[in-house]
Amino acid sequence: MSLSDVPTGEKVRLVDVMAGRGLKMRLAAMGLLPGIEITMAQNGGAGPVVIYVRNGKMILGRGAARKVKVKIF
Amino acid sequence: MERSEIVIALAGNPNAGKTTLFNQITGARQHVGNYPGVTVEKKEGYTTVNGKTVKIIDLPGTYSLSATSLEEKIARDFIIHEKPDVVVDVVDASNLERNLYLAVQLFELDVPVVIALNMTDVARNRGIRIDVKKLSELLRVPIVPTVGTKGKGVDVLLKTAVERAEKPFSGGIKIPYGNDLEAAIQRISHLLKSRGWILPGYDAYWLAMKFLEGDEDVLKKMKASFSEGFDALEKEVDAEKRHLQELLGDDPAILFADRRYGFISGACAEAVRLSPEARHTISDKIDAVVTNRVLGLPIFLLLMYLVFQLTFTVGAPPMDWIDAGFGWLGEFVSGLWPPGSESALKSLLVDGIIAGVGGVVIFLPNILLLFLAIAVLEDSGYMARAAFIMDRLMHKIGLHGKSFIPLLLGFGCTIPAVMATRTIENERDRLTTILVSPLMSCGARLPIYALIIPAFFAPKWQGPMLWTIYTIGIVMAILLAKLLRAKVFRGETAPFVMELPPYHMPTLKGVLIHMWERGYLFLKKAGTVILGVSVLLWAITSYPKPESFPERIRTQEAAVEEAYKKSVTDIADALRVPNPEKLVEILKEEASPDALGGKGRLFLETVAEIRKITSGFTARTEVLDEDSPAYAEAVKNRNESFETLRKKAPGAFELARQYVESAEADYQKGLAELDNLRAAYAFDYSIAGRIGNLLEPIMRPLGFNKKLATPMIGAIAAKEVFVAQLGIVYAVGEADEESGTLREKLQKEYSPLTAFCIMLFLLISMPCIATFAVVKRETNSWKWPLVQAFGLTGLAYVLTLIVYQVGKLWI
Ligand SMILES: Nc1nc2c(ncn2[C@@H]2O[C@H](COP(=O)(O)OP(=O)(O)O)[C@@H](O)[C@H]2O)c(=O)[nH]1
Ligand SMILES: [Mg+2]
Repeated sequence: MSLSDVPTGEKVRLVDVMAGRGLKMRLAAMGLLPGIEITMAQNGGAGPVVIYVRNGKMILGRGAARKVKVKIF
Repeated sequence: MERSEIVIALAGNPNAGKTTLFNQITGARQHVGNYPGVTVEKKEGYTTVNGKTVKIIDLPGTYSLSATSLEEKIARDFIIHEKPDVVVDVVDASNLERNLYLAVQLFELDVPVVIALNMTDVARNRGIRIDVKKLSELLRVPIVPTVGTKGKGVDVLLKTAVERAEKPFSGGIKIPYGNDLEAAIQRISHLLKSRGWILPGYDAYWLAMKFLEGDEDVLKKMKASFSEGFDALEKEVDAEKRHLQELLGDDPAILFADRRYGFISGACAEAVRLSPEARHTISDKIDAVVTNRVLGLPIFLLLMYLVFQLTFTVGAPPMDWIDAGFGWLGEFVSGLWPPGSESALKSLLVDGIIAGVGGVVIFLPNILLLFLAIAVLEDSGYMARAAFIMDRLMHKIGLHGKSFIPLLLGFGCTIPAVMATRTIENERDRLTTILVSPLMSCGARLPIYALIIPAFFAPKWQGPMLWTIYTIGIVMAILLAKLLRAKVFRGETAPFVMELPPYHMPTLKGVLIHMWERGYLFLKKAGTVILGVSVLLWAITSYPKPESFPERIRTQEAAVEEAYKKSVTDIADALRVPNPEKLVEILKEEASPDALGGKGRLFLETVAEIRKITSGFTARTEVLDEDSPAYAEAVKNRNESFETLRKKAPGAFELARQYVESAEADYQKGLAELDNLRAAYAFDYSIAGRIGNLLEPIMRPLGFNKKLATPMIGAIAAKEVFVAQLGIVYAVGEADEESGTLREKLQKEYSPLTAFCIMLFLLISMPCIATFAVVKRETNSWKWPLVQAFGLTGLAYVLTLIVYQVGKLWI
């Protein structure tokens, strides 16, 4: 499933980023790499999502969140 | 290599507390490069440690050193080329893993690094316990815990950094990338070495890694220096990359990032302990409200409203003081010349410099307050939330939340706004944001509104009027951005990715320094650009001076004098004074009153008395409403005074009163009219007037007369010059010293519709020359600043034309 479908409060694991090199590298620099644990902090169904990664908080636009494939723990 | 001063560079993620530490270390000994002309905005400061001068440089905040954004490139190039003696990496202890990513990349650059483990207070509150000694051993760098806001650990940090700088450096830790990756790096590195392809200042191992990562900046530089055989090398690198991809299942760039994070996670697992409820922090609780789907937007709008409210209400009293100060200064300087003197120097000082610079400096309180508010929003971490809240709306115009921050900064000044677009990675998004950013009404335009709005709109409409102007700017920006994204910069919106830093209580010191920096730049502009432009505009408004006035003015002069003489002659006849000519001279204070006989003297004394009573009455009733009891009281008092006077000398009183209230009053009015005619003629004759006349046919349809032409041109130098120049246009050849304030003069000459059109035109038309320069620099081309200047001016013209012409039909 996509990160954009993860409801608020749910914990997931990153499987892959299905995006171009640019976005993939940017997300990697921020620590969004395969295997990492992500907790959804806020997903309102539209607009960007807020996630916790590596003990920090991040905003991901909905478009980007859709490209992040995850699986539920 | 013995250097006389030690150079320390501060690196770190945005919001890690670099600037706070920088301010703590350097205090007042710091300096910010000015924007225009300087390629990189650089903050430098000095301090002394053990008698040695230490230079500190605050590098731009970055998450990594991959040089995908301008900031990263600047930071990386600085470290590689300027070779600071030590890099202090400011790390946010409450977000350790992510912050250490930059640290690891710094280790790889082969410079001595000291880690400032900042925000240890925040980390402790969140239940994050860091074993500093252990972490320091694992990373093989000195680590100093600090609390930037309280200055804790700053001394130790400085001492440690200086020690590290003075010790010979034997290389930092090598990240374990695993056999396959390391072997590939070695192969490329050998290849580079064998060809001698090492850029000065770079390290072969590091270059090899960048080749595998596909770092565009490094590739470009290498290609420029070693073009021959470069393609062959690239082929080899591609083969290595493909090999790694097959072997390890991912792009080497991602693999490197993965190994670095792996290394960091390993170190953190050993040295960091998290308490289970580490997450439920105050920040999250604030976010639950502030970024709430329902409440987020209203809270944001409320905050914006408060910012503007603060800017104006709190700013008003100090503005009055500054105004009074410059008024006093003008009078003082005028007083150095005998009354009525026509000295050009006096005019230059009073009408040119004091009126011009004073007219602008008066807005310093507004500027300071606006930047104060922006600094608080930025330092507290709210700006990032604003980007989140606005992302959905920004998406609708084809931009994303990140474009919102530069646009918000645009309300302060377009220059930092344009510079802040650097955080937008996508070129199309960035250009769109840059092009529309001047439509966010900047602080320099505030003086224009602050001058015009109170002159034309009743107090209860002043706030809404200002709001309307700002809103028009925003709406225009939205429409223009939409148009640009749909027609010029087509393509998908780039992904929106941003760190959401925890909230921090901004420090007074940090906020004040930020505010002062902006205020200083503004004052500097007032002292240089605006001073120069004021003198120039004064000169073209004052010169050339007409040598004589045309027939019609001279005829009127004669007529005014004739009428006055006739009235006085009638009075002289009634007084039976033999020589009316003499009486005229005496009344004009050109001859001594002794020349008149007893009866004449009584008349003169009565005239003086009546003048005194009348001016006393005017002074008292100036601020009174004509229906008020106080006014009636004043009238009664005046009439009583008149009655007493009449009783003393009934004949002289009637004549004297007739003289003061009609003959003299008419004469004064005639003279004032003449002065206005002469001033208007002199203005037409001056260079400014001629320019105005040339432009008038173009400006007329917008409702602008020629007096507005030169200020509008002046506004290109800096928007606030408009106010200064308008002051000059109306001050040169001023009808008389008490002809009222600039606002009153504007009120007499223009309609509210024209006033609105002036603001509208200045809001939308070409941005100031400094913005032009920054856009040129940031887009690295002449095309975009030119497109922006002409496009916006054209848009302003068309829009103002429509508003004025349609408005005229209604009003
Ligand atoms: N609680 C706490 N706040 C800090 C500390 N250091 C900096 N801050 C705050 O963090 C915010 C960002 O700091 P700043 O120096 O602007 O970060 P920069 O982006 O790295 O320059 C400001 O509001 C500072 O007041 C610290 O050690 N503890
Ligand atoms: Mg900073």
